[in-house]
Amino acid sequence: MARVLVGVKRVIDYAVKIRVKPDKSGVVTEGVKHSMNPFDEIAVEEAIRLKEKKLASEIVAVTCGPTQNQETLRTALAMGADRGIHVEIPADQCAKAGPLQISKIFAKLAEQEKADLIILGKQAIDGDNNQTAQMTAAVLDWAQGTFASELKLEGDELTVVREVDGGLETVKLKMPAVVSADLRLNEPRYATLPNIMKAKKKKVAKISPKDLGVEIASSIEVVEVTDPPQREAGIKVESTEELVSKLKESGLV
Amino acid sequence: QSTLVVAEQTDDVLTPITLNAVTAACKIGGDVSCLVPGTSCSKAVEQLKTIAGVSKIIVAEDAAFKGHMPETLTPLILQIQSQNNYSHIVAGASAFGKNLLPRVAAKLDVDPISDIIDVVAPDTFVRTIYAGNAIQTVKSSASVKVVTVRGTAFEAAAEGGNANVDDGPKVEQSSLSSWVSQELSKSDRPELTAARVVISGGRGMKNGENFQLLYTLADKMNAAVGASRAAVDAGYVPNDMQVGQTGKIVAPELYIAVGISGAIQHLAGMKDSKTIVAINKDPEAPIFQVSDFGLVADLFKAVPEMNSLLE
Repeated sequence: MARVLVGVKRVIDYAVKIRVKPDKSGVVTEGVKHSMNPFDEIAVEEAIRLKEKKLASEIVAVTCGPTQNQETLRTALAMGADRGIHVEIPADQCAKAGPLQISKIFAKLAEQEKADLIILGKQAIDGDNNQTAQMTAAVLDWAQGTFASELKLEGDELTVVREVDGGLETVKLKMPAVVSADLRLNEPRYATLPNIMKAKKKKVAKISPKDLGVEIASSIEVVEVTDPPQREAGIKVESTEELVSKLKESGLV
Repeated sequence: QSTLVVAEQTDDVLTPITLNAVTAACKIGGDVSCLVPGTSCSKAVEQLKTIAGVSKIIVAEDAAFKGHMPETLTPLILQIQSQNNYSHIVAGASAFGKNLLPRVAAKLDVDPISDIIDVVAPDTFVRTIYAGNAIQTVKSSASVKVVTVRGTAFEAAAEGGNANVDDGPKVEQSSLSSWVSQELSKSDRPELTAARVVISGGRGMKNGENFQLLYTLADKMNAAVGASRAAVDAGYVPNDMQVGQTGKIVAPELYIAVGISGAIQHLAGMKDSKTIVAINKDPEAPIFQVSDFGLVADLFKAVPEMNSLLE
């Protein structure tokens, strides 16, 4: 049975309207609701389903970030992960922790934990980088199954159906492997109250990137963050006839 | 300073986003080479040879590249990189490029930069974060800049070149992974990211069968059909139709949003369209804040009307 590592990132909740800081240094995060990155919820769910099918022996949820990330880890535990690892990165250093550094952390932990499978969200909804799974696979020299919409684990062979531009693609990977979860992989469960209570007793280890020998030093510096150009609202038309004649006037149809 | 553009092709036809990536590479400046990997490359090479700005084409034609598996393509790129020492490695931010380039970057131990929408300087790029709700300018001090390019943010490179063609090194097929099959959505309609007109449906479509209304209209207008993430999540249509930050980014001449409220993540995928039309029965729907022509109406009435008016 596979030992599964899942990554969970704490991000600004998807329903919150983003505000750019007036000094252009980033977006406002203070006093803003945060939750688990939605693609990571899908990753956690998939790991739980593998365990329910007796294909996974243990699920270890990993988060990297400041103290508040404990909440995200607790959510993963309440969903059904067995234990957690909090790689603590102080808030003031988080900007220096890019996807490459995080992938090195995951790779180190995979070795320490003797993981056979790492499942991550395909991208986080804050940075929209879509890099961590691919890079974790590269650091470990493992196969990668990105943008997964279906997984089938048989022995040491993992079949992954991937969402590609023109449709779907099926690939076979030799385990161990890294998978990144796309939208249609599954529908994540909600944590029930009894499970939330149970999760409080589950073990969470706290370590630092230094303990793993990983240096938090991205070579990418954010010069500025600005608001996107606003599109002006146009006109409301009264009827379908008016709409079509406007489109004809503009030469669009 | 020199750039390697990793060309993408399907069935021996160059994928259009490659030409957008070439334009971004030209904007970075310096010499531009293209790598064409695949099982059959002649047509893509012939097309790329004529593209202005491309000085050299490296062809890696081998059965090993079937399915463009990143586990096999990465060693190929690394070998070419070690011979030529490019300052930049660039590809389109398609499923292909997003899958491959981060793996290459990690092997080079450099931080990659995803989905850029502009080049400010050879080391400075603009990209969107938070589903397009903020624009970020980043400066990289990495020894090699590994960059994916948003196709709709750069014009396609024009013809007018005459590149040299060389053979690339041989690499072994990786034993880590193998390609099994592909199930491409068959459609006579134009491809979503390349269409002049895109008609998208949202949760307001109510079910998958009702998308037939949009297909009928699309066939009349030679348009592609897309969908919002809500419609995909609800299971109405497959994910490859999704327009939005987590799906496809489109920028057609005309975008018609039908029964789409206008969630931020959808707007990120279409707000660069030249003209936006919104049809929604909710006058307060945020989609009307970005539309040039808004029609507050029941789509089940308006779409068939539009269809007959275009007879």
